[in-house]
Amino acid sequence: MSPSLVIEGLLKDFGPVPALDGRMVRVLNGISLTANPGSVTTLLGSNGAGKSTTLACAQGLLRPDGGKISLLGEDPYGASPALRSRVGVMLQDGGLPPSLRPIPLLRHVTSLYQRPADINALIERLGINEFSNTSIRRLSGGQKQRVALAAALAGNPEVIFLDEPSAGLDPQSRQVVFDLITELRDAGLCIVLTTHLMEDAQRLSDYVYIIDDGINVAQGTVAELTARATHESTAQAVTFSADPALELPELAGHLLLLEHAPGQYRLEGVREANDLASLTAWWARESILPQSLSMQPRSLEDVFLEIADKGNDVN
Amino acid sequence: MSTNTQAASGTSNAVSTFKRIMLQGRYETLAMIRNGEQLVIAVVLPLMALFGLVFTDLLKNVAARPIDAAVPGVLALCVVSTAFTGQGIATGFDRRYGVMRYLSTTPVGRTGLIYGKVMAVLVVLSMQTIVIGGVGFIMGWQPALGGIAWAILILILGAAAFTALGLLIAGTVRPEATLAITNLAWVLLAGVGGILFPSTSVPAFIQPIINVLPSAALGDSLRAALISGTASGTGILILLAWTLIAGFAATRWFKWN
Repeated sequence: MSPSLVIEGLLKDFGPVPALDGRMVRVLNGISLTANPGSVTTLLGSNGAGKSTTLACAQGLLRPDGGKISLLGEDPYGASPALRSRVGVMLQDGGLPPSLRPIPLLRHVTSLYQRPADINALIERLGINEFSNTSIRRLSGGQKQRVALAAALAGNPEVIFLDEPSAGLDPQSRQVVFDLITELRDAGLCIVLTTHLMEDAQRLSDYVYIIDDGINVAQGTVAELTARATHESTAQAVTFSADPALELPELAGHLLLLEHAPGQYRLEGVREANDLASLTAWWARESILPQSLSMQPRSLEDVFLEIADKGNDVN
Repeated sequence: MSTNTQAASGTSNAVSTFKRIMLQGRYETLAMIRNGEQLVIAVVLPLMALFGLVFTDLLKNVAARPIDAAVPGVLALCVVSTAFTGQGIATGFDRRYGVMRYLSTTPVGRTGLIYGKVMAVLVVLSMQTIVIGGVGFIMGWQPALGGIAWAILILILGAAAFTALGLLIAGTVRPEATLAITNLAWVLLAGVGGILFPSTSVPAFIQPIINVLPSAALGDSLRAALISGTASGTGILILLAWTLIAGFAATRWFKWN
């Protein structure tokens, strides 16, 4: 199985920027990634990290200043209609004509393909009928997202690019959209999406690239990324509630016990069983039986924050 | 689910280039005539101009009768309003809303977008020509029959030149600026740019400038063709030159987002 998308050492400069004496700003600084069929590949990063610019280059909307992109074996910049017909795109701002109503637009887009998707099924599935008499201009953000997703899928693509697909979606449509993405993945599509929401990345992705400052700084499956973090310096936090009058104990230097609200405690920096033992020993001494106790598994967010912190330290 | 049952990977899923352009042309045409304000610009204002020119003596001595002098100018006005003002404004806002960006990722592509717009301009212009010509006939218009083929050629060339100019402006400045520039240009060109009135009617010192404008080439050549049946080689060359220069500049500097 060959990858649908391969990006190697992607460079992109914007500018010249007048505020910087007319200098260029490097927004992509060597992004490399691979996306496979039957898999959701996520670009995770904060706003301005370069996710959308990477997608725009991969979609052929921007000409890279360096590096290589192969999308279904072709250079996407100035690609043939044949290549474009195999790729579906959902832009962050939608790019839908405001004066049209959703269904005429979807019908027009569908007519451009020899083997289109069943657009009526998509319209039904994404609940577009509910607002089919409203012009796109007057739709809510989440409704526009659903129309844009249907448009991206209208041509029955082999690869879909989804730029922030869950932006503006209410919890219910989010579920519908996420289920659809997972089904399309299972049907063998290569799905490339961007998000700045850890939760979405964690829920949807088979493989995650963490993008920071124009380069991918970490990559792996969600499990790999979170496991990696546990083995490294980041540790788990234990929260518990107990009598607010307690005097806090002396604990090992890497542990930090905080009372973040009266009677609400949080022990940060737990790495190994001994760290927990020192906490429970203190409870035994003081006859504390916590009313509640929880330990948070590492989330992608912790990994992300850790990596972003490291980046900031270097800067 | 049923959306992905026919995935035939590796082969093009796009309809033929011809069909794409026709479909996009239909889409753009409907977009152009759907808006009420477009209808005002496309039909109501040209008809008002026609009546204004016929029922006043603004076009004395241009042709045997005012209607014969008025129809060619009003057709030229239609070219500017449809190809330049209407299409420029629509393209400017399409660019603002990312519509050009989105459609260029579909099989339509950039080529399909441009040809679709050109097709829409030609379709709308044909409809305007039929309406203006029809009303003109009712009002007694008698065009020089020998010039009709030339007039059609000039209308098409004029549409090409003004479409290229409209795209150049819409593709390089903000849509609000496009709106202001193309509307202002429309009024100015209609009045003193050789569209409604012969370029010889403007003060002599600005005539050298007016004479090389695409508007004067369009208006004067249409009047020459439809009033006296003569072909204006100079006018045709000027329109061709504007089409090539603006077309090249638009290709070079058009920003898709």
